[in-house]
Parts: sequence; structure tokens; C-alpha cells
Amino acid sequence: MGIRYIDLGTPVRTSEREVTLEIDGTQVTVPEGTSIMRAAAEAGFSIPKLCATDSLEPFGSCRLCLVEIEGRKGFPASCTTPVAEGLVVRTQSSALAKIRRNVMELYISDHPLDCLTCSANGNCELQDMAGVVGLREVRYGYEGANHLDSPKDTSNPYFTFDPSKCIVCSRCVRACEETQGTFALTIDGRGFGSVVSAGQNEDFMDSECVSCGACVQACPTATLMEKSVIEKGQAERSVVTTCAYCGVGCSFRAEMQGTEVVRMVPNKDGHANHGHSCVKGRFAIGYATHKDRITQPMIRASIHDPWKQVTWDEAIAHAASEFRRIQAEHGRGAVGGITSSRCTNEETYLVQKLVRAAFGNNNVDTCARVCHSPTGYGLKTTLGESAGTQAFDSVEKSDVIMVIGANPTDGHPVFGSRMKRRLREGAKLIVIDPRTIDLVRSPHVSASYHLKLRPGTNVAVVNALAHVVMTEGLWNESFVEARCDGHAFAKWRDFIVDPQNSPEALESETGVPAEQIRGAARLFATGGNAAIYYGLGVTEHSQGSTMVMGIANLAMATGNIGREGVGVNPLRGQNNVQGSCDMGSFPHELPGYRHVSDQITRQLFEGEWSVRLEPEPGLRIPNMLDAALDGSFRGIYIEGEDIAQSDPDTQHVTAALEAMECVVVQDIFLNETAKYAHVFLPGATFLEKNGTFTNAERRISPVRKVMPPLCGKEDWEVTQMLSNALGYPMNYSHPSEIMDEIARLTPTFAGVSYDKLERLGSLQWPCNAEAPEGTPTMHVHEFVRGKGNFVVTRYVPTEERTSRKYPLILTTGRILSQYNVGAQTRRTPNVVWHDEDRLEIHPSDAEVRGVRDGDWVGVRSRAGETVLRAVITERVQPGVVYTTFHFPESGANVITTDNSDWATNCPEYKVTAVQVEPVTQPSEWQKRFRSFSDEQLALLARQESQEA
Amino acid sequence: MEIQRLVKMANDISRFFEAEPDHDEAVKGVLGHISRFWDPRMRREIAEHAAAGGSGLTDLAREAVSRLPPVTEARTA
Ligand code: SF4
Ligand code: SF4
Ligand code: SF4
Ligand code: FES
Repeated sequence: MGIRYIDLGTPVRTSEREVTLEIDGTQVTVPEGTSIMRAAAEAGFSIPKLCATDSLEPFGSCRLCLVEIEGRKGFPASCTTPVAEGLVVRTQSSALAKIRRNVMELYISDHPLDCLTCSANGNCELQDMAGVVGLREVRYGYEGANHLDSPKDTSNPYFTFDPSKCIVCSRCVRACEETQGTFALTIDGRGFGSVVSAGQNEDFMDSECVSCGACVQACPTATLMEKSVIEKGQAERSVVTTCAYCGVGCSFRAEMQGTEVVRMVPNKDGHANHGHSCVKGRFAIGYATHKDRITQPMIRASIHDPWKQVTWDEAIAHAASEFRRIQAEHGRGAVGGITSSRCTNEETYLVQKLVRAAFGNNNVDTCARVCHSPTGYGLKTTLGESAGTQAFDSVEKSDVIMVIGANPTDGHPVFGSRMKRRLREGAKLIVIDPRTIDLVRSPHVSASYHLKLRPGTNVAVVNALAHVVMTEGLWNESFVEARCDGHAFAKWRDFIVDPQNSPEALESETGVPAEQIRGAARLFATGGNAAIYYGLGVTEHSQGSTMVMGIANLAMATGNIGREGVGVNPLRGQNNVQGSCDMGSFPHELPGYRHVSDQITRQLFEGEWSVRLEPEPGLRIPNMLDAALDGSFRGIYIEGEDIAQSDPDTQHVTAALEAMECVVVQDIFLNETAKYAHVFLPGATFLEKNGTFTNAERRISPVRKVMPPLCGKEDWEVTQMLSNALGYPMNYSHPSEIMDEIARLTPTFAGVSYDKLERLGSLQWPCNAEAPEGTPTMHVHEFVRGKGNFVVTRYVPTEERTSRKYPLILTTGRILSQYNVGAQTRRTPNVVWHDEDRLEIHPSDAEVRGVRDGDWVGVRSRAGETVLRAVITERVQPGVVYTTFHFPESGANVITTDNSDWATNCPEYKVTAVQVEPVTQPSEWQKRFRSFSDEQLALLARQESQEA
Repeated sequence: MEIQRLVKMANDISRFFEAEPDHDEAVKGVLGHISRFWDPRMRREIAEHAAAGGSGLTDLAREAVSRLPPVTEARTA
């Protein structure tokens, strides 16, 4: 694919009414509301333009796009003039040509004429337009006033701002407002003196800018330009692929020179992101070629031995013989595997197949265990399918948006921008979060209600909301009657109307004033289309699954399911959480969420796989770790996951890893878990392999190989080699064949194929005979389980309670620039925004402890202690402290406890009772971590120096 | 496995089903959940613990666990 995108000038309009007009002698029919510019472009006539672009509302400032309309005076701007029935438009005439040349002449007279050496050369709209209008001379000379000496702002690590090249078209300003919703840019001054500026004449780094890249994308000149393009030059081809960071699953065009990525450009045809991006997917890909990448297989007998570099065959043979030895000595169930939400669907499918078919047990789990396993359980129990109900586009039809325990502007930035856009259009917002997340108050957005609850009281709050809906008669009787199970509903209603669930009764527990709950419930039930978006602040609790069911109850009771604008929407953390769950990586479920005890399903798989399958559920990750400590579990194959950093109670995890005899880690870096490994199998980044990811809206999108894998193998090939060495044959020649197998075995994927993905770009499952092009909205006519199931969701306080010894509640979260355990983003310039995890603490809690901003503080829980630097802020409420977990040495999980969700064992990351006090040195754990880490890096270096 | 961890897990499950007004349904709920989600070695250990008095288990958890069907060795080996 080339690198030039056809820009139709103004955004698409949808309307039932069509309008026909004549443009340059041709009849053109378009939806009402379309601009003349777009109508012309769609018919193949391109009108010169500078300030218009099809991702932004037209502005009409450059005057280059003027046209003539029969019967109208003057020369209207085609970008701001809508079509009308019967218009006769001329886009070319000698008068128009003269005006356009004059306009261009003015622009060029204040523009440096260094085209040949400019980074945008060959991809610059100003240059193109000068050519299009036939500009041959510039009469004004360069000696007059100009901006040619304005200094360049290079403060952002990824792009530069060179005001000398700016034509003040304000596309950047509008992109920052309309697309991103940050409002970081303004046009200062008037007329000739006007200039673009970030914030109050600050540089980009010091402004509100979040480095999403929308302005750079919108800029028609080299004023805002990626540093990678300045350094490497323009790309020669592009490949469409999918971001490997978060669950939004943005589509990108990887612009390439040979096998080198020049830049990642958000794909305007991308169904999840419609041309927008965030700092991670757009810019933070440098980790892919970072010097820390390990590209050779390695083995060692003990974790205190140096690594030995070996061939693929040796490494695989060694791992296979160890697994078989352990099984012979300790039983078939003594080994297992972990897949990751960072891997493709095809890779996770293959790992669970290897465990079930080659290991012969069901000991397979995925990192979704620690994030969204309660979503799977809760939504399957109530609605019948373990997935969100909507497409992202649905938010455009929402009137009320409830955000619970999620921070979309940081965790799911591109969707966060969509949501903010809808809120600016007037939708109402209810935020349920212990912390004042950015969404509560941002430019032109303000929450109608912020229920600032105490961590751990989600279920009490959702019950209180439902109590108000039911007792005040705000429920949707006809929906419930037609769509839900009457018996279950009656039982639930008896429970929920009980006065113990009233907002007043629960106020002392939740800390939320009853009146606020009543107001929020009334708004949710009566404000039109109401949608719920939630994140890990819902799932990562001892009542995570209960809360997910409470959310589904509320949505069903108010009839907010089964159409656009409503629904229950889990915001998935990592790129392929949905997919890894779909692919059967839980120990009790085969692909498509079918229980291993279900004989018909098992027989289907046994037929395809030619092997007998175990009918009993296997071990979950925490069970594997417990079993490792008691000696009944001794070998593990971990693909793309870092349990030593991301799982709770780190000291328990590392003790379990140390107790195992064979830990095989397949990853791109020597991550924390790999420091406990005996076999290291190098992995490939998303740029180095083919496959698919499934985002939070069930959208399956292609991942395409743009460069050869540094280690020579794509990850699925490695799993296949291991399976063959274990004696269970696998013979795929391309991931498309794996997808074909998934489609044969999984009814919701029956219609999915690489050919169809190629044709349609992406597909939302269920995709089968009934829905050959996929399903944007689920449960439209009936629930997947038939009748919606109301579940009694009694509030059970967590056992993690504050005490005199541990008087504060620690809760955890993430920030925009870093991703998950940070293994990728820490190895990019994104560290300029966040180079360490810090502890947020309220001024009053800080004061009584004598803690000042920036002080080192010890954070001690019942599980352990770590030391972080304090940030004093009123974002957190008194009694609550908060940190992120992107850096291993922070040891955030040294302090989290082993409490977990009752149904799924998803850890209770969001509630840990702690004490905080000023300290002068790292914790004992941090000292041990440092010395172990140093030892491991030295062992790695010894191997590398042997090689050299 | 460390039995107290299994006891805690079983108790957490029982606290959810305690809200069920019909006692038989509640017992079935706990029993069904453990059968569907626990690996056989965990079920065997918790059943043995219940048979030996089940210290630390809630009443509902103890009742449900003691009704778990026996787990045969062959299935886990
Ligand atoms: S920086 Fe680019 S987009 Fe912004 S006003 Fe200048 S030329 Fe236009
Ligand atoms: S990078 Fe994004 S946030 Fe920053 S100024 Fe540009 S559009 Fe605004
Ligand atoms: S929003 Fe998520 S998927 Fe999109 S670019 Fe950012 S990290 Fe990637
Ligand atoms: S493109 Fe229409 S006025 Fe600039």
C-alpha cells in the first residue's frame, strides 16, 4: 500500500435524505448536509484546500477552496457550503484560478523555500497546492515581515514544532479540541501576528499536551512533524496493522522503509479508532528494536547458573524432555502453561491446545485471571455471553454515561476521547470512583455526579442505585417482563427493595451521600439511553464478579441493553484480553467459553485434535503457585506473561517460581519472571508476526508482519515446535490455518477467516451464518442465554479492613504514558512523562505523618513493605493512597495481599490496608530485589560475553 | 496445598451464596461452583479437610464440601 491517503476534505454526513446537484457538468448524489467539497471529491473532482481535512469540521479560513455556484453571488468556500438540491457548481474557472494563485502567493511569501531539504518534501499539502494552483512567482519578496526566524520547539520526544513553516490553518488546534479533547493549543494574536501556541506560550512538554499526535497528523505542512520522519525521511510503503497496547485496538498504518518502521499513522478507516491514536500506539514502538531484546534461545540448570546460548532445537528438546520427566515422576497434572493477553488469538489458542492435547491436562490460564476474569463470569451468568455488549461507536448515541472504576482518558485514551466528544455534545456523566479521575472535570466536560466511594464498596453502591430505581418505580417493566427470567427477577426484587440496600442505610459504609446516589440513579434510569463503562476498579475486588452482575442487573432493570447507545461495556486493559479469554485459555473452558465437562464440546475437539481430553477443570494461576509450593506442580510454560511483576503478593509468586524444576519463559525481554527461568525462548513483537487481536468491543483485527522476527521465529511457530517435541504433532504453515481451525470448532467464530478480514478490515464476533459480517450490538432481540438472569448481589465487605496498624487504603491504577508492567513503554522515551511509580496521598494524611511532597515513604501492608516517593494531592480522598505499577522495583505487588474475587480468584488489587511513613532507605524487599536482579543481569552478561 | 488457602476460597464462595434465601439452593450453588472451577486435587484436599471436621469452614461451605463427589486418583495422575 502507498503512503498517501485520499482526503475528502470534510467529515462524512449521514442522512436519510439525499441531495442531487451538478458539479462540473456531472450529476452527483450525496446525503444531505455533505459539503460541496466532499461531494466533489467523492465524484472524483478535487478542489484545492488547505484548512480543511476530512477528520475535522470545516473552518473556512484559507479561501483556497472557493467555487462558483450558478445564481449565487461571489465565490463561496466549498468546505463550509453544504450541498443543496439542483445546485450547479463550477470548481474551475479563470477567475477561481486567479484567486487561488493570489492566496497561495501570500502563503508562500511567508514560508521558507527549503522544499528540497524539508522533511515533508513529497508529502506536503502546501507544496501540492502550490503545484495545483500553478503558482509560478511570488511578488512580495521575503524581506518584509515574516516568521522565518521563529525558534523550533523540540521539547516533545516524538515530534517537533517549527513555527516558521506554519500557515496558521488551525487544523492542529481543531484536532486537539475535536479529536483529542485536550484543548492544549490556541491561536495567539490576530491577522499576520497570529501564531499557534501550546498552552500559555509554553513549550509542548510543559503544556497540557498528552502527545496523542492528532495535531501532527492534521498538520498539512512540516510545522508539526515526527522526529522519526525528520531523521529517516518519508516512508515508501505502508502496512495496515493493529496496536499491541490497549484494549481499544486501534488500527494503524505502519509506514515503512524496507523493514524499518518510519512512523505509525492511525488508520482513518480503522473501525475502532477512526483515525485517532494515543501516545503509546502512535509513538512508543522503540522497544521493538531495543538493545535489551533477547534473540537467541538460552537454557540453564539452576537459576543461579549463567545462561547458555543454544540452538532452537536444543532449547525445545530440553524443555520438552524436562516437562516429560516431571510428568513421569509427579503425574500428568504436575505441569501447565500460561498464555497472555499480549499475544495474538492464534498464539493463545495454540498454547491452550498444547496444554490440553500435549500435556494432557487443563492447567492453562491467562493473565486475564488478574484483570477481567470476573467480567467473564458475571456477564455469562447474567446475560449469557462473556463479553461487552456494544461497539465503541455506540457511545455516540448515549445520553447518560456511567463510568465505574475505569479511567478511560489514561487507560483507553482513544475511546476516552470519543467519550469526551459525546459529553461535549451534551450527554450526562456519572463517575463512580474513589479518585478524581481527569474525566470528572476536563475542558467542556463536567460530571453530573461523582460518587466518590470508599474502595471496596462498589457492590453497596450498585445495590443502592438499583434500590432507588426499584423503590421509586423507575424500572422498565415492559423490558423486564418481555426479556428477563420472571422467577429470578422476583427474587432479586425482594432482595433489592429491602431497606438495608437503601442509599441511606449504606451511606456510612460507602461514604457517598445518599442524595447523590438517589440523583445518579434517577438520571441513569430516566435520562434516555444509558450506558455503563467499567474497568479494573470493578473487577479487581473480592466481590469483583458480584459487582459485574450488579451492573448487569442495573442495566436490565432499566432496559438499557440490546440497542445502540446503551449496554454493559467492560474496558479491557491489554490489547487481547477479550481474545485470550475467547480462545479457551481458562482452565475450565474450551474455546468459545464451553466447559470442559461438556461431553459434546469435548468430543468435537477430540475429533479435530485426535486426542482424549481431560473432563476436569485445571489449575488457575494462583492455584498453580500454591501447588508449586506443596510440590505437586513443578513445570510451567509461560508465553508473554510476567507473573513475578504483575501478580499479587510478589514474594509468594517468586517463592513458587523458585520451587519449580522447569520454568520456560517465551518473551521479548528478560522480564522479572524470566529471571526465575530455566529455559528462555525469544519472542517476537507485534511488528514481527501475523495474527489477530480482539479488542474490548469483540472486534477481531489483523496483526500483520511488517519486519522479519529478530529471533527468526514467530511465537506460534515456537509453540508448534514445543508441541512436536512433546510428541503431539502440529503442522500449521500460517496463522490463517489456526484461525480456520478456531472457526471450525467455535460457533461464534464460524464465519471468521483471514480472507474476510482482508476484505472487511475487521469483524465483531459473533460472526457466523446468522451474522456473516459480525455483530456490533449483542442481545438485540433476546439474551444469548435466552432470558436475562437477575442475580442477588449481597454486599459482603472485604476482609481487608483498616486498623490502627494499617489505617489507610491503598488502591492501584495506571497512567497514560506507561503500559501494564511497563516492559515495553519503559524502554521508550515515554519515560519523560513517568519515570517512576509514586504514591499519591491526601494533604491531611501527609501532614499528620510529616510527609512532604517528593519524600521517600515506606508503604507497609500485612503482605510486605516497599518504598515509593510521595506526591501530595487532593485527587485522592483522605484515608486513601494510590499508586501505579509500571516499574518492577516499585514493588507495588509486594504489598498487595492474596485476597481475591470469590468466583474467579481475580486478585483484590484495589484494596489493601497500609501504613505510610517517611523513610530514608529502600525496603528489605527492594534490597533483595535489587541484588537478585543484579545477579541475574550479570548471569545474562556472562553468557553474552562468552558469545562475543 | 496449604489448606487454609482452600478454606478461605471455599468460605468466600459460601458468603456469596449465603444470600440465597432457599438453603438447598445455596448448598447447590457452592457445590456447583467448586465442582465447576476447582481442579480435582483441590477438591480432594478440601473434602478431606471437611471430613476431618472442617475447621475454619463456614457452616454453608462445610455442608457443601461434604457433599462433593469423591475424586478418583486416576483423574489427576
Ligand atoms: S501547525 Fe500546522 S496545522 Fe497548525 S496551524 Fe500551523 S500549519 Fe496549520
Ligand atoms: S499531540 Fe495531541 S494533545 Fe498534544 S497538542 Fe497535539 S493534539 Fe493536542
Ligand atoms: S488507545 Fe490503545 S490501542 Fe489505541 S493507540 Fe493507544 S494504546 Fe494503542
Ligand atoms: S479549505 Fe475551505 S477555506 Fe480552507
